Amino acid sequence: MMEVPSTTAGPGAAVSGRNAGGNVGDIAFGVLARLAGWSILLVMAGIIIVLVSGGWQAFSTFGPGFITSKAWNPISHNFGAATSIFGTLITTVVALVFAVPFAFGVAFWLVEMAPPALARVIETAVQLLAAVPSIIFGMWGFFIVVPFMAHYVEPVATRYLGHVPGIGLLFRGAPYGTGLLTGGLILAIMVTPFICSVMADVFVSIPAVLKESAFGLGATRWEVMRKVVLPWSRQAVMGGIMLGTGRALGETMAVTFVIGNSNRLGWSLFAPGNTIASLIALEFPESSAGSLKLSALLALGAILMVISFITLACSRMFLQRGIKN
Amino acid sequence: MSAQKVQAGARDGWQRGGAQAVRRRIVERLVNVLCAIATVVVLFLLFSILWTLVTRGAAGLSLSTFLHSTAAPGSGGGLANAIVGSCEQTLLAALLGTPIGMLTGIYLSEFSHDGKIVSFVRFVSDMMLSVPSILVGLFVYLVVVEPAGHFSGIAGTLALAILFIPIVVRTTEDMLHLVPRAMREAAYALGAPGWRVIVSICLRAARGGIMTGILLALARISGETAPLLFTSLGNLNWSTNLNAPMASLPVTIYQYAGSAYDDWVQMAWTGALLITVAVLATNIFARWWLSRNGTASS
Repeated sequence: MMEVPSTTAGPGAAVSGRNAGGNVGDIAFGVLARLAGWSILLVMAGIIIVLVSGGWQAFSTFGPGFITSKAWNPISHNFGAATSIFGTLITTVVALVFAVPFAFGVAFWLVEMAPPALARVIETAVQLLAAVPSIIFGMWGFFIVVPFMAHYVEPVATRYLGHVPGIGLLFRGAPYGTGLLTGGLILAIMVTPFICSVMADVFVSIPAVLKESAFGLGATRWEVMRKVVLPWSRQAVMGGIMLGTGRALGETMAVTFVIGNSNRLGWSLFAPGNTIASLIALEFPESSAGSLKLSALLALGAILMVISFITLACSRMFLQRGIKN
Repeated sequence: MSAQKVQAGARDGWQRGGAQAVRRRIVERLVNVLCAIATVVVLFLLFSILWTLVTRGAAGLSLSTFLHSTAAPGSGGGLANAIVGSCEQTLLAALLGTPIGMLTGIYLSEFSHDGKIVSFVRFVSDMMLSVPSILVGLFVYLVVVEPAGHFSGIAGTLALAILFIPIVVRTTEDMLHLVPRAMREAAYALGAPGWRVIVSICLRAARGGIMTGILLALARISGETAPLLFTSLGNLNWSTNLNAPMASLPVTIYQYAGSAYDDWVQMAWTGALLITVAVLATNIFARWWLSRNGTASS
């Protein structure tokens, strides 16, 4: 809107003192706004540069093997990223496996089935779940979910699923309660509200005539959802899921409490593991400035940055395309 | 031809009571039930968290929680320094972040004639909105804490401000887009310079929404733990000095919850209850306020 210059008020008007003041004000304001906007770029560039240059020592010491190495040994100064990258990806996948159906169910229910008054209350409740600080999820998970998993879920899962060929591998191991599965479940609870609110927004925004014509043909609610709404909103829904993925990848406190924090790589979901974020949170206070360990942690941070950037860029692309649709 | 089709359809059971219709009805019912169950489960989880916090946290609520600083296990400390530290860092971060965030939001919404760089700033700001908060902690550690040689409340404040700004940017831009074009044009027609139009007309019209965004951002950063671990670190003693390590509620909860002492764990629950109540109350208030005062367009 600034392209409307204030000095075009009319011939001769430009000489008035008021307008001159407006000009100075405009210039000053423009400078301030641009400085603020560009400072965002500066901070972001700073984060990237600092992480990459801090992690450079580790990258150059271990080479590309850093990413595939399973080692994490502060005594022999041998560090690798494989375990924590693996843990990050597995917990995120577990989180999505649980969060997506639940988010879809809640969004579908809110948009199509709930009485309007009730829907508003429940929508607020779901948004409040998203507002709960992550450390609270961590504490709740550690004191409530971990014992529950150890006593009920994991023994039962081992008993019934542990012998299934293939996926049985995932459900074997001692039921500690802490581990990749519990971490993924806590993440699922945390990202469900995000995915759900994107889905609900998208489902509401579909042109009513599309839905009405399907209903007019005698389709049931589920058929309308599956054959009209979902194909129409596919990309935006993917964008919402990616947004949730981005959250799950970088979550620190909740995971640190329940993941078990052990540098092990295996297929059992019950085994304790770690994620990039939890490893940084735990090991950072014990690494001295300038050490190789600190550099390895910063390198992990840079890797996490790259992973979450890719996810977020995808999410943005999907959402934009989905909305243009 | 069409009569044949109808007959064939009847044989397949598309009619009321036919096999196909029954199958469709069963699927529909099943989906309805599953969706309702999903909603109930999500609500149950929220209530489980709140219930756990209230039942375990309320026991530690007393006057001394608010009046005494954290102390060694068994000596009956409180959370006063953590509460004050949290408030100090959060409010300062908001004071620092609000002008920058609002100006950036204005830049994105009103300076679109700057071309590509505006959409680039918008892209980067959106990225920052979801950058893992622990990375912000690492960044501030490396640029502030390491050169200074010690942890400090300033570093914590900066880390929180970096998380605060993108939220304000987002809301400011969204709210300014809702200001009707006619309002700006009317102001321009009266001869107001561009900056007056933005400040006195657009911002004024959008202030309800922007305030809500600031409140929500405040609630969000007040519960952040990860960026504070490496910046303000925590402090067991009473301290309001910004140039020294500073206690905060989330970090204290983190340290206490993992400890082996019953009274510390109890204190962690109490802290968790306090912070959750504060965050959720702010959220509810902000939403209520927005719905009452409406957005710029109404």
